[in-house]
Parts: sequence; C-alpha cells; structure tokens
Amino acid sequence: METLMSILVGILFAIGIYLILTKTLLRIILGTSILGHGVNLLIITMGGLKKGGPPLLGIEDLTYADSLPQALLLTAIVINFATTALLLVLSYRAYKVLGTDDTEQMRGTENE
Amino acid sequence: MSWLHLLILLPFIFAAVVPYIYRKFTPRIHTGWFVLVIPLVIFAFLLSFTTAISNGNTAFSTVPWIPSYNINFTTYVDGLSLIFGLLIAGIGALVILYSIFYMSKREALNNFYVYLLLFMGAMLGLVFSDNIFVLYVFWETTSVSSFLLIAYWYEREKSRYGAQKSMLITIFGGLTMLAGLIMLSMMTETYSIREMVSQAANVPSHSLFVPSMILILIGAFTKSAQFPFSIWLPDAMEAPTPISAYLHSATMVKAGIYLVARLTPVFGGQSEWFWIVSSVGMITLLYGSVNAVRQTDLKALLAYSTISQLGLIMSLLGLGSASLYTGGEESSVYMAAIFAAIFHLVNHSTFKGCLFMVVGIIDHETGTRDIRRLGGLMHLMPISFTLAVIGSFSMAGLPPFNGFLSKEMFFTAVINAAEMKEFGVYSIGNLFPIIAWIASVFTFVYSMILVFKTFRGKNKPEKLAKEVHEAPLGMLISPIVLGLFVVIIFFFPNILSKYLLSPALAAIVPTLAAAGETNVKISAWHGWNIELFMTIGVIVLGTIMYHLLKKWYRIYLFYPENLTLNHLYNIGLENTEAVSRRVTDRYMTGFIRDYLVYIFAFIIVIVGGAVWLSDGLTIQTSGDAPVNWFEAALMIVMIITAAAVLFAKTRLKAILAVGGLGFLVSFFFVLFRAPDLALTQLVVETVTTVLFLLCFYHLPQLRKEFARIQFKAVNAIVSIGVGAVVTIVALSANGKRLFQSISGYYENSYELAGAKNIVNSILVDFRGIDTMLEILVLSIAGLGVYTLIKLRLAGGDSNEKVK
Repeated sequence: METLMSILVGILFAIGIYLILTKTLLRIILGTSILGHGVNLLIITMGGLKKGGPPLLGIEDLTYADSLPQALLLTAIVINFATTALLLVLSYRAYKVLGTDDTEQMRGTENE
Repeated sequence: MSWLHLLILLPFIFAAVVPYIYRKFTPRIHTGWFVLVIPLVIFAFLLSFTTAISNGNTAFSTVPWIPSYNINFTTYVDGLSLIFGLLIAGIGALVILYSIFYMSKREALNNFYVYLLLFMGAMLGLVFSDNIFVLYVFWETTSVSSFLLIAYWYEREKSRYGAQKSMLITIFGGLTMLAGLIMLSMMTETYSIREMVSQAANVPSHSLFVPSMILILIGAFTKSAQFPFSIWLPDAMEAPTPISAYLHSATMVKAGIYLVARLTPVFGGQSEWFWIVSSVGMITLLYGSVNAVRQTDLKALLAYSTISQLGLIMSLLGLGSASLYTGGEESSVYMAAIFAAIFHLVNHSTFKGCLFMVVGIIDHETGTRDIRRLGGLMHLMPISFTLAVIGSFSMAGLPPFNGFLSKEMFFTAVINAAEMKEFGVYSIGNLFPIIAWIASVFTFVYSMILVFKTFRGKNKPEKLAKEVHEAPLGMLISPIVLGLFVVIIFFFPNILSKYLLSPALAAIVPTLAAAGETNVKISAWHGWNIELFMTIGVIVLGTIMYHLLKKWYRIYLFYPENLTLNHLYNIGLENTEAVSRRVTDRYMTGFIRDYLVYIFAFIIVIVGGAVWLSDGLTIQTSGDAPVNWFEAALMIVMIITAAAVLFAKTRLKAILAVGGLGFLVSFFFVLFRAPDLALTQLVVETVTTVLFLLCFYHLPQLRKEFARIQFKAVNAIVSIGVGAVVTIVALSANGKRLFQSISGYYENSYELAGAKNIVNSILVDFRGIDTMLEILVLSIAGLGVYTLIKLRLAGGDSNEKVK
C-alpha cells in the first residue's frame, strides 16, 4: 500500500506542478490545490498505513494509527484552504486590474 | 573587560545618542561641541599609558566574543598601537573642533557626527585588536564609515562616484587581507597577532607563506592608497574637508601602514617582503609626487601628496624590514628606517592635517580651491598663510620643521639601502636614493605651489564669489595646534622619541628590542654629510623647477588620457556592469513560470542528487500494508480525475474535477483511520469548491494553452522529474525507518491532557500555540481576501474602469 501510495503521490505532484507551470491563472491555482492533496497524502503515508485503529482512546484498540501526521495534516488542510482562497481572490483581482489571466503578459518590464 | 574595551566602544555608544542630541539642541548649540568630549576623554586616557609603555610594558585584556571559535575581543596596547591611538584621538579632537566652525548648522550634522564616531571607534578597535577577525571587522567598518563620509553630500554625483570607488577598492583589499590573515592563522595555528609574532620563526618555510604575504599586502596597499590602488584617494576628496584631514590623510589611510608595521616581525627579514614593500612604496612615492605637481585643485594636490608620503613611509618600512634579516651582519643598521617610518608617520599627520585644514579655510573663505583662481591671499589671511608655510615647508623637508628631521632620516635609510648586501640588492640598490631624491624634488615643487600660488602673486578678486578675509578664530585653533607641533617636534624630538617612537619601534622589531638597540636619538645636525647635500640639492633644483614650471609643465600633457589608471578603472567598471546586466537579464525574465522552473529544477538536482550520491534509494515492500481491490480502484479513479484536470477544456470541468479529487482524498483518510481528517477534508473541500464556483464566474474562459512545444516539453520534464523525485524520497523514507515514531507519547493523552481524541489533544493542548498561530495565519489570509475584494486604491484600477 505504501509503495502504491508513493507512486500516486508522485503522479499528483507531477500533475500539480505541470499545472503550476502553465500560463493560465486558474490552472495555476488548481495546480496548487492538487499539489496540496499530494503533500497531504505523502505526509500521512510517511506515518505508516493501517497500523491500528483510529487514534481515539474511547475505542478499545491496542494500537492506534500514528496520530502525529494526522495532527500535522489537520493544520495543513486548513492552511491549504486559506492559501487557495487567497490565491483565488488575488488572481481575480489581478485579472480585474491587469485585464489578463496570462502570466506571460503579467510580467513586469521595469525594475524587476 | 578593561577600560580600554569601554573606550573603544564609547564612540559607538555615543553615536547612538548623537541623533537625539542633534534634534534637541539644533540650532542652539552645534552638535560638534558634545561630540568633542569623546576624543578628548580617549586621548587623556591613552596618555596615561605612555609612561608604562615607554618603560617597556604592554597592556593586555580579553573579553570572550565567540569563544567556541577562539574569537575573542582582545585588546593589546604596545608602543605601535598607542601611537596610532593617540593620533586617532588627538587629531580626532582637533578635527571635530575644526568641523564645528567648518560645518554649517544647516547641514545634516547628525549623520556627519554619527559616521565620524563610527569611524573613530572602528579605527581605535583596529589598532588595539589582537585577534585577526576582530581586526578585520574593524578594518571593514572603517571602510564603510569612510564610504558614508565621502558620500556625505550624496546629492553630488562626484561624491557618490568617489564613495563607490573607495568602497570597491578598499573592501576588495579587505577581503584579500582576510584571506591572507586566515592563511597566516593556519600557519601559526592561532588567531592572535601576538602569538603569531612569537611563532614567526616557523612561518617562512611554510608553503602558504608567499600567498598569505601577498594577500595581506594587497589589503594594506589598497587601504594606504599605494600604487596602483591609489586612484581612490583623490576622488575621496569629495568628502568634507575635516574628513579629508582626518580619514584620508591622518588616520584611515595609515591603517595599511599599521598592518605592515604590525606584521613586520612575522614577515620581515624575508626578501619577498623587503622587495614588495619597499619597491611599491618607492613607486608610490614617485607617482604621487609627480602627479601632485600637475593638480590645480588644492585638495587633489594634497591627496596626491598624501599618496606620495604614504609611499615614503611604506618604503621605509620595507627597507627597515632588512634589520630582521638574521643571516647578515650589522643588519640592525637598517632599523633606523623603521624608526624614520614611525617618526614620519607622526610628522605627516601633523603637517598634512594642518595643511588640509588651511585648504579647508581657503575653500570656506573664498569659495574655491582652484589654484588658478587664487592668489595674493597673504595679506588677507596672514595666519592661514603662516600655517601653510609651516605645513608646506615641513612637507618639503626644510628646517626648522619636523619634516626636515624625518626626511633626513629617510635619506639615510635609502643611502644605507644602496649599500645593502642582503637580498641580492647590489647595484639595483642605487635606485633607492635616486628615486627618493627625484621624488623629493617634486615634493618640494608642489609644496611651493601650494604656498606661493595661493598666497603670493596677484590677488584675483574678480574670480572669487566672496569677499575674502581671515577665518574665524575657532577654525584656526586646530591648525595652529598642529602647526605648533610641527615646530615643537623639530626642537624637542627626543621627548617624542623616548615616550612614543622608541616603544613603537620596539613593537615592530621585538628581537632587536630585546637586545636593547631600540633607543634612538634624533638630532637635527649631523655635520656636512650626504643627506644634507641631498637636501640642499632638492632645494636648489626644486626652486629652479618651480620658477620654470610654465616651461616644462607641458610634458604632463603628453601622457595619454586613456592609459591612466582612472580610465582603466572606469572602463573596467562599465564593462562589468554591462556584462552582469546582460547575464542577469537572460535569466531574470520577469515571467513567473521561469522562476518556478528554476526552483523545481533545483529540487530535482539537489534532492535527487542527494539521494543518488548517498545511495539513499531503498525500496522495501515487505512492510507494506495490504491493498484491497477498492483501494486500488480508488487510486485509479484518483489518477483519472487528476488527469482530467490536466485535459479539461472548460473551467467548470476542471473545477469539478479538482473538487472530486478532494473528496477522493477524504476517502483515503477514512481508509487510513483518520476520522478527523476525513471530516475536515469534506468540509474544506466543499467550501473550496463553492469558492471556486463563485469565483469562476468572474474569471475568463480557459483558453487552450498556446505555447511552443519546447515550453511544454520543459514543463513536462520538470514536473515529471519532481514527481519522480518525490516518489523516490517517499519510497526511501518508507524503506528506511531510522527511529520510532514519537506518537507514543501523545497516546497518553487522557492522563496528560484529559482528552480521548489524540489528534485533537495534540492540536489544542500539546501544540496549542502552534494552532493559535495557525489561526493567526488564517485570519491574515482572511484579511487579505477581504482587502483584495474591497480595497480600491485611487488611480490603481485604470484597467478596471475601462472594461
């Protein structure tokens, strides 16, 4: 399972980065979103999969799944949401002000 | 911690207070009056050392700075550092007093005095530091403060040019010096200069000896404006005149001299040192004096004269280093050259400081420093005239001024060098007295130009903007004090010799000092010897040349302009700027995709390279959890969904596919026994998708990407590369578990935190502050979103209105 997950994560990274490297703002945002999913799955895979029950003490399990990656992920998901929202609004605003969603046309010509 | 440490830090501490003083007392009291206290205190304190030092003692104190690296702020007072310390504080006090009258209250005095104090502290630190790294830090601080002071009138283009030039050259030299000092520390295995000196005997045989010597000398030569690095000094004259008098003639430019003198016990007595230091000094001496004659700006004349005099001192140090040669007999004869170097160093500071101040007065009172517009000032400015005569005649080496004494000693030293048998000198040695004599003739000529072209001859009031009169008394005090020293030292040189010069000499040649040979008596009259005849020759030929100046002046015009060092410097600077501009423009395209390509390519190279180099790739599938058919199916669906985003033709499809991907991820969380994650992911994904759908209305249709194959290919290679690297890292991390998970600790969450949900207790209890900061990040992002939607800056939305 871990091996397969690693490959899946690699594919998500590749697709996400390909989208980020395109010129359209919307594709870039979608790319970061996919990259975020890849990262989340990578972190949880790193903790080892299916090593025990859910990390809830009330349920009588002898072993629990690694709780640390889960705690990290909980934070990551929320932050990911925040950055996606910000990026979305930023690109909306950039499009409104600059009149284009093509990053090639957005490049500054002076004082770079 | 000693008083000396405090004293070195005092200027820095006071510099922090100066802006407040400036704000509070301007324009009632000139800020300089407050600053003046600092050098006076330092000077008085340093004077208290003189008796102890002249009895052969030294003072030593250390404060740990970075003890784990053996870098300590160690102060060390001996004859050499004391003489420099006294010059820094003494001339500093006079210069500040002078500046009170020179600098108008309307100037940005706070900046001026902050920079000045910064320099003073750095220079004191430089001469009293024993640790090479501390010395280096102070060394560069003097360069930086010099830069700031040259660019003090930064709105003038020439000031900025001069400041940049001095910065580039001296910092370059400082860096090479650092490399040289590090090599030296590798040879001697210590960072302390005192200990280096004690191990000097082992140094010459080391393979790093010559490289380190050359690198250190480049540092010394750039700082002390030796040929060919001297070009920065004339341009540094854009600084206010008190600064020129202080930094660029009396103290900072002598830092290189200090370094050479300080390291003479380590390197001296070797032929490479002897030849490099003395010949560079000689060339600089000649170059400076010949060029000084052609200058029409009084300060430029003084700048070239300073270059020349620094060359003189440098060459004396080089010649005198022969006294440490152990193979020859009677080598201690050459020690007199080192004594002459220190003596001339002091003399130069007095007469050149005096001259700079007089030129400053002329500039201040007439509004120009151009010799061609000046003349006949003798009757208008009698005191300044007297001071100029004292300074110039001393510079020219005439009695009864201190310059005469050291010039005579200089002649003695070059005559001795001509007869030298060591280092393969022989017949080449005859060049030393010849160059010295020619340079002295030119020195005589420009000294006379300085006095007589400005003070004698016809008054030219029509060329001056102001009505000329003598400077206010306050402005004259400092040059008068220096002028008095010029005369007093001539009549009582042996007091100076006993308390300051001989101890300094003992610090430079410690082995000879141990033999008790460093007590030198100075006398003005040696009988009718060669030196005196040389001086008489200088006066005779110099006078003739001065009077015939118009006849032979034209030979200067023959030298082609584009072969001057300055021209080469300018060309070099322009070309490097152009090349770096071209190179930078090639990769700094302003296109965000290119920068991302660099970043991702680095990830591939560095992370992938690290895995490859360390043989980190290990694939171990034996410990894997089993895979169900529906898990496999989920993965396939996920890949298809992700690929769908890639190939989606419309916005809606792409957004929905990404949303679907998020929900699939939450399924995985369920599978991996992470209920909290699954719930959060579901909520967040729903909100995100809604957000996308809200926004997409405002965003344009997805266009087909019109891009060249090359562009897409690079993107594909980079993205697949990163994906592969991530997979490899993930597999390797799985295959090699280096240590146990630390989650076991948190599994006691009920006892530790009273919570049954481990993940929640980590978030809100164990790592509560992290979560708080996460909330902060969210709030900032929220604020950002809000402002981006609501904020309308005036004039910023021209495109928006057009639509």
